[in-house]
Amino acid sequence: MSTAAPNALDHRAVPWLFVAALATVAPHFEHQPTWLSVITGLLFAWAAWFWWRDERLPGRWLLIFIVALGSTGIYIEYRTLFGRDAGVSMLVLFMAMKLLEIKSRRDGVVVVTLGYFLLLTHYFYSQSIPTGLWLLATMWIVTATLIRLHGGSASQSRYTLRYGLQLCLQAIPFMLVLYLLFPRVTGPLWGLPQDAHAGRTGLSESMTPGSIASLAQSSEIAFRVRFEGDIPGKEKLYWRGPVLDQFDGSTWRPSLGRQAVRLEAISAPINYETTLEAHNQRWLLSLDAPTGLPPDSTLGGTMTALNRQPVTYRQRFNLASSLDYRFNVQEEAAVLQRNKHVPAGSNPQSRQLAVNWLSRSPDPEAVIEQALALFGREFFYTLQPPLLGENSVDDFLFRTRRGFCEHYAAAFVVLMRHAGIPARVVTGYQGGERNPVDGYLVVRQSDAHAWAEVWLEGRGWVRVDPTAAVSPSRIESGIADALPVGEPLPALIQIRTNWLRGLRHRWEAINNAWNQQVIGYDLQRQRELLASLGLPHADWQQLAGLLALGIGALLAVLTAWGLYHKTRPDPALRLWHKALRHLARRKVNCAPWETPLDLARRVEQEQPDFGKAFRQVVTAYLAARYGPDNDLQKLRDAIAQLP
Amino acid sequence: MGLVATLKQQLFRWQSDGTAPVRLGQRRVFILPTRAGLLFALTLIVMLLGAINYTLALGHALVFLLAGLGITGMIHTFRNLHGLVITPGRCEPVFAGEIAHFQLTLSNDRRTPRLALELAGEPAAIVDASIEAGDSSKIAIPIHSRQRGWLELPRIRLSTRYPLGLFVAWSYLQPSMRCLVYPQPITSPLPSPSPTPAGGEHRGEAGQEDFAGFRNRQPADSLRHVAWKASARDMGNRPLLIKQFAGGAQVELQLDLQLTDPTLPLEIRLSQLAGWVLAAEAENCSYGLRLPGVAIPAANGTDQSRRCLEALALFQP
Repeated sequence: MSTAAPNALDHRAVPWLFVAALATVAPHFEHQPTWLSVITGLLFAWAAWFWWRDERLPGRWLLIFIVALGSTGIYIEYRTLFGRDAGVSMLVLFMAMKLLEIKSRRDGVVVVTLGYFLLLTHYFYSQSIPTGLWLLATMWIVTATLIRLHGGSASQSRYTLRYGLQLCLQAIPFMLVLYLLFPRVTGPLWGLPQDAHAGRTGLSESMTPGSIASLAQSSEIAFRVRFEGDIPGKEKLYWRGPVLDQFDGSTWRPSLGRQAVRLEAISAPINYETTLEAHNQRWLLSLDAPTGLPPDSTLGGTMTALNRQPVTYRQRFNLASSLDYRFNVQEEAAVLQRNKHVPAGSNPQSRQLAVNWLSRSPDPEAVIEQALALFGREFFYTLQPPLLGENSVDDFLFRTRRGFCEHYAAAFVVLMRHAGIPARVVTGYQGGERNPVDGYLVVRQSDAHAWAEVWLEGRGWVRVDPTAAVSPSRIESGIADALPVGEPLPALIQIRTNWLRGLRHRWEAINNAWNQQVIGYDLQRQRELLASLGLPHADWQQLAGLLALGIGALLAVLTAWGLYHKTRPDPALRLWHKALRHLARRKVNCAPWETPLDLARRVEQEQPDFGKAFRQVVTAYLAARYGPDNDLQKLRDAIAQLP
Repeated sequence: MGLVATLKQQLFRWQSDGTAPVRLGQRRVFILPTRAGLLFALTLIVMLLGAINYTLALGHALVFLLAGLGITGMIHTFRNLHGLVITPGRCEPVFAGEIAHFQLTLSNDRRTPRLALELAGEPAAIVDASIEAGDSSKIAIPIHSRQRGWLELPRIRLSTRYPLGLFVAWSYLQPSMRCLVYPQPITSPLPSPSPTPAGGEHRGEAGQEDFAGFRNRQPADSLRHVAWKASARDMGNRPLLIKQFAGGAQVELQLDLQLTDPTLPLEIRLSQLAGWVLAAEAENCSYGLRLPGVAIPAANGTDQSRRCLEALALFQP
């Protein structure tokens, strides 16, 4: 018992705040600038030093100076104070500064609230299972800190930690109900800052020699596909991304004009669901040729499926494609003209070669055959091609002869254009790997690919993959088998050991399930859930009602648990009742008004032999119940000795 | 009965006679969010908006988990008071101007401790208490006494914010306890003693004439009456002894209200009498008290001083 100011903070609660602050800030050290991490660490150490020495905290002006210095640094680093990364850095800085001015319990509460807020910011960078688990643990620490702040000096650490865990565990059912039933709103609600979705890998809108090769060195997953039927053969899995038809001698770019798409499906469409990782672009990567599109997307003029918004978070799309198709058999002259253009005077040797072929046979298909035959003879497929000079295609075709898919696609298209055949580069992904655990087809960045498309009279745009001529195994079994040993492929996709591969499949399947079921729980999934609960057309009122019902039920259970009180009689009294039951078996009953001593006297008179032992019980009972040391053991022993 | 009165009766039905132990039931415990709780709720709303805006699924989960934590914390705060047993204790008399300590016993028969309970009789003075599992704790609530007479224990606010500080649960207690407040003593010279006629009334307990024996010294006894020689026997291992006398004429003080200056207000005069009682007790004289309608015969000792002070405290002109 003590008399204290209501807002006082006891000295031993402060280390809890340090630990909580460190736990919430530490994961940010990974991606924030090093200087900020160092400063944060120093401020932490400084605050800990003050606590250790129990000295007065630094003055207000010094703190303001440090905050100003830190903010300036952050501004110089990010050129703003408000974007995603800059905002997170500011929060980290504030957290460190707050530790330098902890004087009352209210300051402690601010640290804890800031800690909870910082937990949220980690999800900007990762929403994987380990992050989720780590944050659950941090949540526990922060909550225990909050409990410790209010517990005062009488609280014990072990009890505080256990209590924190109990509270977190009891909160989980509420979280589940809210997660499933809280009306979901599809974001964003307001304009996102520039860097909201920074740092995503994927295909880009242009292609230079080496750009796909660098992408292919990443084992990151680009998208996952679940087919309704069987997965088509690998050689048919061409996932179409941006089509590049503008060539300036070194870089390929898409043209901007609108073109009409006349698509004629020959084979029956196959349906599949793509879960696309965020890549900050609009294209959806459909199989050639897309015939069924999700509601918010359109088909671009070059047959690339485009979403209305850039895909800034992992999203699911339902698509349908026909693998045999005819595409723009009637093509506009302007488009054909554009796809025959080569920069004047560039790559003269290639022009010569193409003209030679054309003179031998004017048939475009024969020219294509010639080109593929050329690639099949003397070329070498590698991720590490030598550098190319100004006339990159000439250099590649006649000097280095080593290249990755974008080199072959580019050289092939240039050759075709020199021969007067409309041709363009298509980028995207090729192939993919089936995960036997959950049946999803996993397409990685390392499956990134570039191929060519030529327009033939009467057949429209036809896909030609020159890489297949160089390295057929690239198309049939994937990049890991197509490249010789020693190429800088990511270790993950090179795994050939069976059990390791099995382990990887399992881990990726778990991640996929997590992504699909937990992270991917959105408006659509919510509707499906409600439909399965018998509310197929639930409006927000029904949802709110259901939510209130769920929360109310949980609350009732928790309240019942909290307020249920089992009265436990005094242990000495319980033992006394046991002794009285012994007595009742001997046909002696204790009258309600009879004190234990009176009873003992009566029993001694009525049953002298038993009375002696009973007297022991009464003495032990009185000592246990009213004596100074509450010795129950003696009472137990005395009862055990009753005959 | 008006609506307000009905409500009051419904809400404050627990106002019992206040002498028995009270177990706090759900009717007696109130709960509201604190300022920190409102800040927490605001933070959650901001976090939810952020999670929606950036489409953070785990952000949603975190916000919902924190909301669940808030709800759970509410129940636990309520639970921290619910079922607590309060037993009124006793309260030692004090002089006006001193702080009266009302003792309450809080018992916790649950298997978890109850921490950070706050008791406030007056807004300024808050007593913290925490009770271990299955334990009880004696709390003294300090109340400032201002005037002589009975000081009733005002309504006590028993509150807690534990564990999360997001909610405050409180209950009002009004055990019927009162504390006797003596008049504030004023130090002034004792009036001249009035010798009683020899052979008059004999009071056996504390005369100064005939030696009657020894008794053990009590803290109130003056050192002048210690029988040093007798006490020093047995190597000084026994308690100090006091010589007891019986009978004989002795100095008796009659502390009378009329001896005080009648121009002064009554309260001051009573204070002066209280000062005399203390002084006479310290001098170890035999003294009596005379007030209009009250006459306490002369005597000496703790009981006498208590009797006199009580009469002064409760004197009604």
